[in-house]
Amino acid sequence: MNTHQEHKYSVQEMISDKKSKKNLFNVTEKIVPLFLLLCAVISVLTTAGILFTLLRESITFFSEVSLAEFYLGTQWSPWSGKFGVFPLITGTLLITAIATCVALPIGIASAIYLSEYASNRSRKIIKPILEILAGIPTVVYGFFALTFVTPILQSVFPELKIFNALSAGIVVGIMITPMIASLSEDAMNSVPNRLREGAMALGSTKLEVTIKVIIPAALSGIIASIVLAVSRALGETMIVTIAAGATPNLTFDPMQSIQTLTAFIVQGATGDTSYGSNIYFSIYAVGITLFVFTFAMNLFAQYISRKFREDY
Amino acid sequence: MSRMRRRIILNQTFKYVFIFAMSLALIALSVLIYRILSQGLGHLNIDFLRQYPAPYPDKAGLFAGIMGSLYLMLLIAPISITIGVSTALYLEEYAAKNKFTRFIQTNVQNLAGVPSIVFGLLGLTFFVYLFSFGYTLIAGALTMSLLILPVIVVASQEAIRFVPNEIRQASIAMGATKWQTIWRIVLPAAIPGILTGSILALSRAIGETAPLIIVGAAAAIYTIPDSLTSKYTAMPIQIYNWTSRPQEEWQYIAGAGIIVLLVILLLMNSIAIWIRNKFQSRY
Repeated sequence: MNTHQEHKYSVQEMISDKKSKKNLFNVTEKIVPLFLLLCAVISVLTTAGILFTLLRESITFFSEVSLAEFYLGTQWSPWSGKFGVFPLITGTLLITAIATCVALPIGIASAIYLSEYASNRSRKIIKPILEILAGIPTVVYGFFALTFVTPILQSVFPELKIFNALSAGIVVGIMITPMIASLSEDAMNSVPNRLREGAMALGSTKLEVTIKVIIPAALSGIIASIVLAVSRALGETMIVTIAAGATPNLTFDPMQSIQTLTAFIVQGATGDTSYGSNIYFSIYAVGITLFVFTFAMNLFAQYISRKFREDY
Repeated sequence: MSRMRRRIILNQTFKYVFIFAMSLALIALSVLIYRILSQGLGHLNIDFLRQYPAPYPDKAGLFAGIMGSLYLMLLIAPISITIGVSTALYLEEYAAKNKFTRFIQTNVQNLAGVPSIVFGLLGLTFFVYLFSFGYTLIAGALTMSLLILPVIVVASQEAIRFVPNEIRQASIAMGATKWQTIWRIVLPAAIPGILTGSILALSRAIGETAPLIIVGAAAAIYTIPDSLTSKYTAMPIQIYNWTSRPQEEWQYIAGAGIIVLLVILLLMNSIAIWIRNKFQSRY
């Protein structure tokens, strides 16, 4: 009986079986790339969605408030109908400027130390520590700014407000330092050793090698890292929401309480803002302003690293 | 001779300048950790982990936040990893080298640079209002999935690119189809890299606050989510809420919450590094 059944699985059947399996393969081979393409399109749709969202709600907003009033007005108090975004922009720029002043020297110097001076062992210890610093959530940095940096600064400058641009800016600087350090270090590390050795052989000191050879050779990477870090500082939300305050002042005095673009978006979205009110639409107008700023910075960074890359 | 001396002195001095700058960053980290430990440790106990938010500092707990973050992760991980790895596979294995591919690639790069709060606005318009999910768990999870998508795509691409072409060709030569090669050869070889990148991306999502505030994660939540359309909270939302209260006792509660958050992040990062070191195969 058994042998009989086995006999029934004839060569013909084996062939047709194989063929149908092959058909199945063919179907998979066709469907899978389609599915993968569909997933890849989601990232494009996300970008389209962001643009659509920001544009649609902003256009509604600008039909109520004129572009000139929004970008040239110097008073931002949306709850009493004054939509001049200028104070939010200066607030954002003030924070970014302070952060850059902190992060630029420390970040670049750390990169130089790690790439040119540190032994392999200390680099292996320090790099993960920098990664930890980069991985700390921004809400934690905000807490640190408000409960530690501000009180310390207040003991030096008694006139400092509890919520102030200085403390928030410094902590945003600490947050973006690892980004500058690690990206710049990558750029300096990829400068080939023969350039270092060549300069050394001509009698340069290590400092001269670094400043006259390594930094110029790695400049595109270094500048790209700075631009990316500045773009991060522009878009940083939690630190400034917690520590810089919610008073849109048109000032460049770091002792004062200010408000940034991002901090207003949080305030506007969390307050009892009803859907469809002017304030609701204004967070998108502020959002698109922020988006344009950061997008321009990112494109600039990509342009620099593509255009001025030195290939060895 | 004096010129030579000056160069040598300058060389020596700057070495210490660089070390000094470097140590400033390290000091900042140690002070931050020390401050948070000294403020929060006293309030960190089992009750803190088991209690719901409360109007009194000694009754407030992180339970709702921990569970909320856990549920968010359970949703974000499958969504973002499926889409992210698929995108990476498409770009690395299938896409022709044409304008469209370059467009997707640049697009992913640019998405990675968009501030997280803008993703919050995207989620607010689409998931909260247009799809009318409201301020619910699923709206938060979808928003966060899109936020970390570019990170996962880039990490997966690097992992897939790292698999040498020889073993692909060997598989094809044995009669395997393209998808069989990818599924049985390329993916297993790339999985450590993909996992490491994904865990790091998820650990970014767990600490991210701003977009969740925009898409309406609430602070006062006294239940754990029981469906996709439940109201929810998350650890960073609780911490933000406690930090922004004026009374000093709340700072200690916030400190305790931060310790829990940082310990979880540290665990996730260690797992990622462990996977990277353990399974990193060399070809």
